[in-house]
This record gives sequence, structure tokens and C-alpha cells, in this order.
Amino acid sequence: MRLERRAHAPLHLIVIAPLAAIVAALFLAGGLIAAAGVNPFGAYAEMLRGALGSRLSVTEMLTRATPLILTGLAAAVAFRARLWNIGGEGQFFVGALITAWIGHSLSVPGPLGIPILMLAGMAAGALLLAVPAYLRLRFSVDEVVTTLLLNFIVILFVGMMIEGPLRDPLAFGWPSSVPVDGDFRLPDLVPRTRLHIGFLIALAAAGAVWLILARTVFGAETRAAGLNATAASFAGISLPRTLMGVAMLSGALAGLAGSVEVLGVTAGVTTTMSPGFGYAGIVVAMLAALHPAGVVAAAVFVATVFVGADAMSRATGVPSFIADVVVALCLLTMVVALMFTTYRVRR
Amino acid sequence: MMEAIDLLLNTSLWAAVLRIATPLIFGVLGALLCERSGVLNLGIEGIMTMGAMVGWLTVYMGGDLWTGLLVAALSGGMMGLLHAMLTVPLGLSQHVSGLGITLFASSLSYYLYRLIVVVGDLPPTIEPFRPLDIPILSDIPGLGPILFSQTVPTYLALLSVVVMAYVLARTPLGLAIRMTGENPHAVEAQGLNPLRIRIGAVVAGSALMAVGGAFLTTAAFNSFFPEMVQGRGWICIALVVFASWRPGKALLGALLFAFFDAYQLRLQTVVEGVPYQLFLMAPYFLSIGALVLVARRAQVPEALMVPYRRGER
Repeated sequence: MRLERRAHAPLHLIVIAPLAAIVAALFLAGGLIAAAGVNPFGAYAEMLRGALGSRLSVTEMLTRATPLILTGLAAAVAFRARLWNIGGEGQFFVGALITAWIGHSLSVPGPLGIPILMLAGMAAGALLLAVPAYLRLRFSVDEVVTTLLLNFIVILFVGMMIEGPLRDPLAFGWPSSVPVDGDFRLPDLVPRTRLHIGFLIALAAAGAVWLILARTVFGAETRAAGLNATAASFAGISLPRTLMGVAMLSGALAGLAGSVEVLGVTAGVTTTMSPGFGYAGIVVAMLAALHPAGVVAAAVFVATVFVGADAMSRATGVPSFIADVVVALCLLTMVVALMFTTYRVRR
Repeated sequence: MMEAIDLLLNTSLWAAVLRIATPLIFGVLGALLCERSGVLNLGIEGIMTMGAMVGWLTVYMGGDLWTGLLVAALSGGMMGLLHAMLTVPLGLSQHVSGLGITLFASSLSYYLYRLIVVVGDLPPTIEPFRPLDIPILSDIPGLGPILFSQTVPTYLALLSVVVMAYVLARTPLGLAIRMTGENPHAVEAQGLNPLRIRIGAVVAGSALMAVGGAFLTTAAFNSFFPEMVQGRGWICIALVVFASWRPGKALLGALLFAFFDAYQLRLQTVVEGVPYQLFLMAPYFLSIGALVLVARRAQVPEALMVPYRRGER
């Protein structure tokens, strides 16, 4: 038995691959749910009801999907060019922190302030990823390790700021940063729910990324750099410039995720405000086969698992960590499923 | 300022260096073994978490400490086998598979811990490894308490460095592993199977990583809690580059890193007015700095991250 590269990846396989991966992951995780003495089918039904069963739960799920779309786009953009940005979590937090910081004292009208704050969050995320990208280009330092280590540094930095200069004196219990001014809070998309117009911003970002990747020279250059860096250089593409561009775009998207989460949901920054949005973004990007439109669908799926698992855990007593297990398994099953789109098995 | 220097003369600091270095030594040796055969194993962070949980749980359920380490090693080996299957025969992205293993192994550990252990206000504890005073040697003033009053796994870690260095540099097996990492086609031409060598190296390396994780819960502390590995796995990946893929230098790197970690923990208590987070950041900055210094000169195994497929060049 051997693997043989396909000339073209058939479209139907690209659509089937993530579905097959999800079914396989749910099947494997079902074993763990059964080990907890709970019927997996009942548990999954409970999960679906928890995430999609009512108007409120759907809006809650979409609220959770919003940052996931953005971190998923961040990972997809970077991975396409083989820039291994594993620092989405850190970029999310610097975006959130700068937004809360400036948004607390900025005195401009709301409609003007919101775009300023988002741009600030994007700039912070972009700058944070520019450092590892520069270190890779200048000193050949592998960006996987540097982006990962920067996540830890950023979380400590956030802790330092919210216990120090940015501490909210009115916050009880866990330390929190000062909140953004009320004028800058994103309007609700559905009244009396947490769903805010940040969801539309995330959708627009997906559209914009799709346009950039599919319809611009820069998009073509990133694809070329990812597929074969040597060939791309020979074709006259400047690899350093392309990679820096990718890093800025990817970091900006993850920074925007943090910014939108602060403006739309939390108002202030805490060290626990992200249940791993940055890391889950990697899974979202892979499930989407790195395609921007797929990212939206994959983010909705991952948000369904996260929100549904909390409800399922309350109803059945299965630890809610099962959500992380399902998401992690999806990543592993998806890489296998993707293999079948690019290779065929020959005897 | 004088207090900061006084700390350096304190034997408890130097004893702590070896203790803090122990999980890093196991981890870095494991990562080094995988990479020498040509496979990057980013599953390390999750595998160390798994080792920490499984080692602790085995003892908690009534096993003895050594059984705990052994079961931890087995669980790490299993995760390594999964990573090896995806990246070696299937040749999938080592980056993505490794991250997947990390996410899977850590979430599975947390899930099983919550499922099996009833956690009250405080996490339950076990009776961990006690320091073993080596007769006579541990009575040497100064040096004795530092070198000869450690737990047995620490001695085991130091011994592993010697064994790893010897096996890689001086045995046919080591030659085969190194050659697989440099040129798997040449290995095939010698009548050896590069796929099997890689799978074996990744399984064994992952078992070592898990033992490093288990040290945290069975010797350094006495309980398990989420996020306790705290990036030690990623630091090991950085240390392998710093060590230029050599076991002896890896030991040096782990000791150097552990020294800074032990020192910053003690500095926190004497330096006032500086947020403690700045001290905690220092080790991570140190790792990035070390990478910048050596990355250009590093002699990367030629076939690292290059999947080997029979008959494909």
C-alpha cells in the first residue's frame, strides 16, 4: 500500500473531509463520555440543545463564535504562507489590553472612537507578531517557539497591568482592567442578548480576507510562498516582504478579536477572558482547510461544542473539559482527512 | 544589592537549580531524541501534562512512586506513537500534528482527572519522592547538600544524559538514529528501515518527556492541577536548538535555565517595588534571547521535518 499524490484535490472531497473529521472526533470522544457512565448520544443531544435549542442559546453561541472567526482567520492567513503563528492567544490579549487602555480615557464621539480602538487593537496584534517574523527572517529563529513563548509573556504582562496601572478600583474579586467608556460599547445585534455587531465585523473580516487572498497580487504571493518558497523566490517574489505582510495581517486579525471581545462583551480585560480563543483558532483554521469561508462555518461548529458542552456538563455531570477533547480530536482527525484530499491510496 | 548577591551564596538556591532542571532535562532529552531522528515533536507540552497527571494518578490510586513514573512513561509513549503514526508513515505536517497532540493530551488529562478524582477546595495530595542523602558524600560542606541530597529521579535524569550521549555518539543504534535525521535515503540504502527508526525514536523520546512531567507531580510537588507544566515543554524545544542537538550541551542549557528560574524566584522576595510578573517573564525572554544568539549557527539535522516516503525524492 502506498500514497500517491493527486493532480487535483477533488472539490467533493474538500467538502466531505471536515465533516468526516468531525464525525470521527465525535465518535472517539463518545468513548470518553461513555466512560463517564453517560450515553454519548444523549450527551450530544444535550450539547446541541444547549447551543442551538433556544433563541438565547443561539445568540450565546454566535457571541462565542465571533472571536473564533477572527482568530481562525489569523491562523488561516499565516498557515497558508507557512508562517506558523501559534501566538494568536498573545495577540488576542494585547489587542484586548490596548483597547481597554485607550478606550478608558479616549474622549471622542462613539462612532469615531470604535474604529480607532479596533485599529489600535489590530496594530498591537500586528506588532506582536512582527517580532517573531522579524526574528525568523533576520536570525532564522523558528517562529513556533517564539510565538508560543510570547503567549506566556503577554499573559504575565496583562496580569501586571491589571494589578497595577490599569487596575479597576471598582472591580471585586479577580483583578480586572478599567472598562472601556460606555460610548464605545458595540451595539447589540439582537436586543436583550449578549450578541453584538462584532459578529458582523467578523463576517466582514472573513469576506475581506477572502478578497485579499483570492483577488490580489499579495494573496497570490502568499499562496506561492506557502506552496514552494524556493520557486516563489525564483519567480521574483520577495519572501521577506511577503512574510512580513502575512504576519501583519495575521497578527492584526487576532488583535482585532481581542478588541472586539472587549468592546462587545467584557468591557474590561481579565487574564481569564479567553478560554483559549487563540489556540482554538488554529483548529478552526485547519477544519476550514485554511479557507476564509470555511473559517466561519468551522468557528460556528467549535462555538457550538464549547457552549453546548457547558450545558451538557450541567445536565449530565460529564466534565466540560470534553469540549477541549472534541476540539483537539477534530484537529488530529482533520489532518488525516486532509491527507485523503491530496493523496490517494494505491495498493 | 548585597542581598541579591547573598542569594547566590545560599546552598538552597543551588540545590533548587538541580530540582528545577530535572523535568527540563528529561524533556529536552526526549525532544532531542525525536529531532535527531528527523521528527519535530510539538506534542511535548501536552505529553508532559499527561505524564504529570498519569504519574500522580497512579500513585494516588495506590501504586508506588516508581510504578507512577513507569505508567507515565507508557502514557507518553502512547501519545508519541500517535504522533509518529501521523507524521512518519503518513508524512503529515509535524507542526500541526504536534500541536494537535498537545491539545489532545492536555485536555484528555484534565478530563480524566476531573472524572476520576474528587477535588475539594484543595487538590488531593500524594506522598512524593523524598530527597535521598547519599552516605558520606552528602556530608561534604557546601557541595553535599547541592549535589548529593536530591531525589532519585534527579540522579536518574543526570544518568540519562550520559546514556543518551553515549548511545547517540558511540553505538550503531545511535548512528542509525542520527543518519535517519540527516539522510534517510542513505539509511534505506544500508538496509535499515528509516520509518521504524523514526517511530521508535519518537515513542522513546515521548516517554522521556512524560517522565519529566511526572517529576513535577511526584517529586517537585505532590498534587496535580491544570496548566502546571507552564510552557516547560516549549522551553525544552528552545533548549534543543540552544544545545545544537547535543545531549551534553542540553544538560548545560537546562541547568542554566533552571538557575535563572531559581534565582528570579528568590529575587522576588528581596527586590521590592518591582511587579513579580516581570521576574516570571524573565525565563521566557531568556529562552527567546538564547534562540536569537544560536539559531544562525545551529547545525539543524538535515532531514528534520522532511517526511520520508519510499521512492520519492
